[in-house]
Amino acid sequence: MLARMQFAFTVSFHIIFPAFSIGLASYLAVLEALWLWKKDEVYLELFNFWKTIFAVTFGMGVVSGIVMSYQFGTNWSVFADKAGPIIGPLMGYEVLTAFFLEAGFLGVMLFGLNRVGPRLHFFATAMVAIGTLISATWILSANSWMQTPAGFAVNEAGQFTPVDWWAIIFNPSFPYRLVHMVLAAYLTTAFVVGACGAWHLLRQTAPRRSRTMFSMAMWMAAIVAPIQILAGDQHGLNTLEHQPAKVMGMEGHFESHPDGAPLVLFGIPNAAEKRIDYAIEVPKLGSLILKHDLNAPLAGLDTIPAELHPPVAVIFWSFRIMVGIGFAMLGIGLWSLWCRYHGTLASDPWLHRAAVLMGPAGFVAVLAGWVTTEVGRQPYTVYGHLLTANSIAPIEAPAVSASLLAFIIVYFFVFGAGTFYILRLMARLPRDTMPELDEGPIRTAGVAHGPASAKSHGAHHGL
Amino acid sequence: MDFDLPLIWAAIIAFAVLAYVVLDGFDLGVGILFPLFPEKHDRDVMMNSVAPVWDGNETWLVLGGGGLMAVFPLAYATVLPALYAPIIAMLIGLIFRGVAFEYRWRTKRAEFLWNWAFAGGSMLAAFAQGIALGALVQGIPVENRAYAGSWWDWLTPFSIVTGIAIVVGYALLGATWLVMKTHGDLAERARAIALKCCFATIGAMGVVSLWTPFLDPVYLQRWFGWPTAIFSVIVPLLVLGCLYLLIKGIRDRHDVQPFIAALGLFILGYIGIGISFYPYMVPPSLTIWEAAAPEESLAFLLAGALVLVPIILAYTGYAYWVFRGKVDPEEGYH
Ligand code: HDD
Ligand code: HEM
Ligand code: HEM
Repeated sequence: MLARMQFAFTVSFHIIFPAFSIGLASYLAVLEALWLWKKDEVYLELFNFWKTIFAVTFGMGVVSGIVMSYQFGTNWSVFADKAGPIIGPLMGYEVLTAFFLEAGFLGVMLFGLNRVGPRLHFFATAMVAIGTLISATWILSANSWMQTPAGFAVNEAGQFTPVDWWAIIFNPSFPYRLVHMVLAAYLTTAFVVGACGAWHLLRQTAPRRSRTMFSMAMWMAAIVAPIQILAGDQHGLNTLEHQPAKVMGMEGHFESHPDGAPLVLFGIPNAAEKRIDYAIEVPKLGSLILKHDLNAPLAGLDTIPAELHPPVAVIFWSFRIMVGIGFAMLGIGLWSLWCRYHGTLASDPWLHRAAVLMGPAGFVAVLAGWVTTEVGRQPYTVYGHLLTANSIAPIEAPAVSASLLAFIIVYFFVFGAGTFYILRLMARLPRDTMPELDEGPIRTAGVAHGPASAKSHGAHHGL
Repeated sequence: MDFDLPLIWAAIIAFAVLAYVVLDGFDLGVGILFPLFPEKHDRDVMMNSVAPVWDGNETWLVLGGGGLMAVFPLAYATVLPALYAPIIAMLIGLIFRGVAFEYRWRTKRAEFLWNWAFAGGSMLAAFAQGIALGALVQGIPVENRAYAGSWWDWLTPFSIVTGIAIVVGYALLGATWLVMKTHGDLAERARAIALKCCFATIGAMGVVSLWTPFLDPVYLQRWFGWPTAIFSVIVPLLVLGCLYLLIKGIRDRHDVQPFIAALGLFILGYIGIGISFYPYMVPPSLTIWEAAAPEESLAFLLAGALVLVPIILAYTGYAYWVFRGKVDPEEGYH
């Protein structure tokens, strides 16, 4: 149990940073491409601004990721021994194809603009962005395999052995999960960028730059949020096919509904009594969403032995949080379209306030989504084949609780400080004209605008 | 033709770990030396000398760990629980020093804090790695595909000595790196430190080497039995050669030679350990073949590794080349 808490804690922290850096890396590549293409300094200034934030985020992603790759052994050694032959090569490929690519070009991207010139530098930025996407691909393949295992056999030592790599990598839930997660990363980033832009529009620090980033972010929100809802729906249908118990839990269906299941909007799951208290339901809508047919029968948790139930209350709520945020994002996207149409995108203070408020929403949705996925998989680690209780390492409880405590303290301190620095960086958008004039009182070197803008002029002349 | 896949993989993993040790060795070493250079400007330059490459260096550690899980899952599943505390300590050390690269430039008030995080994290990580090495050399009991020792087994006088040896050795790599990458007074002081570290490293290597054969009769037999005893003669001779080049390089004020010679020392020490371990993956319990994953897993990943590792080496080399030469002390952070 402690080992699970530790794993859940560290992986939750880890996912926050990649969710942001996957999106941000692509955003940076787009910004630099726009700069090279349109030769408009505003894009380079934005690039340099977000680059520093990316560097901090990336650093945190890397260190929390390194912890992850060793936790499988320290806390889940039995799982590592058994599933290693399958999960391991996937993660091995992730290291070989993605992490080295990111790390190799990260240095050039952060420090090398003056040394390699704009074109090669753009290449490096693109490599970093592609690296983050490749990384997501492999890790999600590994995770999806644990959710919907395929293409394997079990040998006499109890290890899962690969039979068909193609089936393993492209296991049934992988395409859905990958699309949903990458879109989630883009949305998360869009809302952070949008919140930052909106904040500076409200304070009128740097109208040109904040307008540019706000507008870009709102396009993302308006386009990607609806796609994400569709992708989520498809993902859910896929889950219904392969992990029905999880969907029953998400929907709060303790009972079977032979002729059309309701959609439970809200309510308090009562696992002991096997019902939803105070439920607010829409009749038949559940069947419509999950089966695209009003009267389709839906099985409930009563068809499954109680010891194989996932913790219903957790996933019931986490699922609702995610979906709620998804629709809120859609709302912001539509609102921004409306404002854009009326020409008030850069001037509607209420839209800006709402966007600032929604800034962290992506992170919450990502975490809620993962909790739904992972907790809904319980009580298995490899769905249907390996119980969580049989995956754990033979480490004594005091060792695990000591290290759990250490991680909690270290993470809150280190990542708390990191978040603080990121927020402060975001709050300091230099003014549009003559960035050298408003050098902050705190520092002269090292701030995004000081040396960075000096560099940018040099590079621009070099074009 | 039949390939001995486990053996090939053992070589690849060994290479990844070696790459990690020498590469992250010098950048951890720079962190270890931080307290000896109290001036802010020197510290800025030191940090900038490794900032563009440290992430790539640490990725070899991820490859070592991830690769181990992929191809030797049983080794991964027994070594990590056995070394639980040192591994956790190493991870925490790496967290602190890793974030310090960015955080240190983001604040003035708390800069001292991240200086400490960088130095302390580097030392902790290095020491923990040394302890892990020592514990591995001592041997790890395995029963029923699981670690069979107790929680504190890794802590012995021997592992503490190896811990110190690694810290000193990394400091040597760091100092010679600074000699190569910096100018003036900073390089001058690094040179003096390199010389001291050089003697300390040799001393530590000597102690560890003399101690090891007495830990386990297998090692004794390996070192002094025929034909492996040839290596017991050749390796120390080469070590002496490296040592000569190292000291001469420092005395003659060469920029690059000391670093190369220090790398040579590490590689030789590593080869020595490799020879002692063979054919074990987890001495004295698991051989390379017992720990290996099923053939299909080995073959699948090998196909990729054979193509990708050379490409990785190429662009990693390119990244080093972009940042070749001395660090410009005036060049600010990004
Ligand atoms: C910005 C983030 C975000 C947003 C707005 C949404 N999701 Fe999501 N969701 C994720 C981020 C996410 C995620 C973090 O990416 C998850 C966790 C694991 C996964 O594969 O994706 C996820 C999982 C996940 C699952 C679980 C699948 C499984 O466990 O196998 C379902 C059914 C949905 N989502 C459905 C939706 C629907 C119908 C949404 C529309 C309103 C929605 N999601 C919005
Ligand atoms: C990145 C976001 C993720 C989050 C927030 C997350 C969250 C969680 C949580 C909360 C648990 C504990 C469930 C419980 O104890 O009830 C868990 C378990 C686990 N997850 Fe994830 N997870 C994530 C991604 C992954 C990925 C990508 C993998 C695999 C590659 C993975 C592998 C596991 C394993 C092995 C366990 C332990 C067994 C178990 O308790 O199910 N997780 N995760
Ligand atoms: C859905 C879940 C995950 C995604 C999308 C993901 C993605 C990423 C990405 C994009 C990075 C690059 C660093 C960054 O951008 O911050 C990263 C770093 C890392 N991740 Fe994850 N990760 C996930 C879960 C995991 C898990 C479960 C593990 C553990 C095995 C892991 C291991 C690592 C490691 C070791 C690094 C550091 C790489 C380096 O040194 O460059 N990740 N991850």
